[in-house]
Amino acid sequence: MLLIYCPHCLEYREEEEFSYGGEAHISRPVDPEKLTDEEWGDYLFFRKNPKGIHHEMWFHSSGCRRYFNVTRDTLTYEILETYEVGCTPKITGISS
Amino acid sequence: MATAYYLAKEHGITNVAVIEKGYLGGGNTARNTTIIRSNYLWDEAAQLYELSLKLWEGLSKELNYNVMFSQRGVLNLGHNLQDMRDIERRVNANRLNGIDGEVVTPERIKEIAPLINISPNCRYPILGASWQPRGGTARHDAVAWGYARAADALGVDMIQQTEVIGIRRKDGAVVGVETSKGFIGARKVACVTAGSSGLVAGMAGLRLPVESRPLQALVSEPVKPCLDTVVMSNAVHGYVSQSDKGDLVIGAGVDSYNGYGQRGSFNIIEHTVQAICELFPAFSRIQMNRQWGGIVDTCPDACPIISKTSVDGLYFNCGWGTGGFKATPGSGFVFADTVANDRPHPLAAAFNIGRFNTGALIDEHGAAGVAH
Repeated sequence: MLLIYCPHCLEYREEEEFSYGGEAHISRPVDPEKLTDEEWGDYLFFRKNPKGIHHEMWFHSSGCRRYFNVTRDTLTYEILETYEVGCTPKITGISS
Repeated sequence: MATAYYLAKEHGITNVAVIEKGYLGGGNTARNTTIIRSNYLWDEAAQLYELSLKLWEGLSKELNYNVMFSQRGVLNLGHNLQDMRDIERRVNANRLNGIDGEVVTPERIKEIAPLINISPNCRYPILGASWQPRGGTARHDAVAWGYARAADALGVDMIQQTEVIGIRRKDGAVVGVETSKGFIGARKVACVTAGSSGLVAGMAGLRLPVESRPLQALVSEPVKPCLDTVVMSNAVHGYVSQSDKGDLVIGAGVDSYNGYGQRGSFNIIEHTVQAICELFPAFSRIQMNRQWGGIVDTCPDACPIISKTSVDGLYFNCGWGTGGFKATPGSGFVFADTVANDRPHPLAAAFNIGRFNTGALIDEHGAAGVAH
């Protein structure tokens, strides 16, 4: 069971209060009509899926009902930081 | 292993090395809940899984190895009106594809599995089910051993305890693989690496539309025969069968978030056990022996990728998500044909990786049994 620190509620809550929102920092294309099928498919379906450091979105669905970002190690499941959407992660890297 | 066997048997290609990081049958092949069925909704998927089921029916004889394939039937339960509409649609689609299936009432379900609770008063009452009598289970590690022995007899090499650490390319084509024990030259490299597929693709500079997540299962202490079929429920999220040894084999859902940790979330297993206890109140006193998690590579449309890639001579068979075991023979058969002839097998064509760019997805989330 993950204990996740919500940067909005400012406290640790159990994993079951949250839902996973997938990889973070993917910006929606500014002009979707101009994209090729390759670019649009990449945007929709292709994710980094790293073994190690991963920046991902979580939604505090049973709490404040706001999104935030988490830096988590996908091998150890250790949560290294949580931060608000729009901020830059302090921890980056490809593997632990 | 199945791919290597069919390469040797169907195509006469015996100069094949199977590189395995661990040991034979040490991965997901022998860690799953052994369920076999072919009741998928869309034509492309149904035909692929039905090819598998037909191969299963002759597999023990073909391999001269008893894979203990048991056609004990598979029930997929429905708990609300939408479940039942989906089940009726899927059974109709199956029958149009020549796949056996029928919609059964709670009373008929009770006849098939007498211990099940069909009371209308439980939290998620059973309204009906789809029933595929030709579905069932097989002894999973025997499947790995049987294919390995038969492939070995045809001249295939199995190299265990050897990890692939790189894919060497030259002018956009594969020239071989780097392993922990040295370089192996090869004009064709076929990757069947389940949860690690994204990592292996990365070695060749490719990206895949898969995400790796833990899928959990657990088994109980052995008990006397009490359940002679397979019962699955998508809505309450649990599936159960009884092995020949007597233990109940229970499958849980997949974690909602990515992970390579080979262990799943506790809340997932808790929900599954709650579901099983509600479906089968008699199982509430059974002790569980073991619980584990394996990493599966889930695709956005819950269907596999069986495909050539942009690198000449490099092929991928991955993205089977939570349901690859049932497809082992058919998957190996069409993938071997794809690799041998350097073009998609007719049944594999729809599962090419290009579908994520053209939009021709095959949405099998409903039939996948486990939410992806």
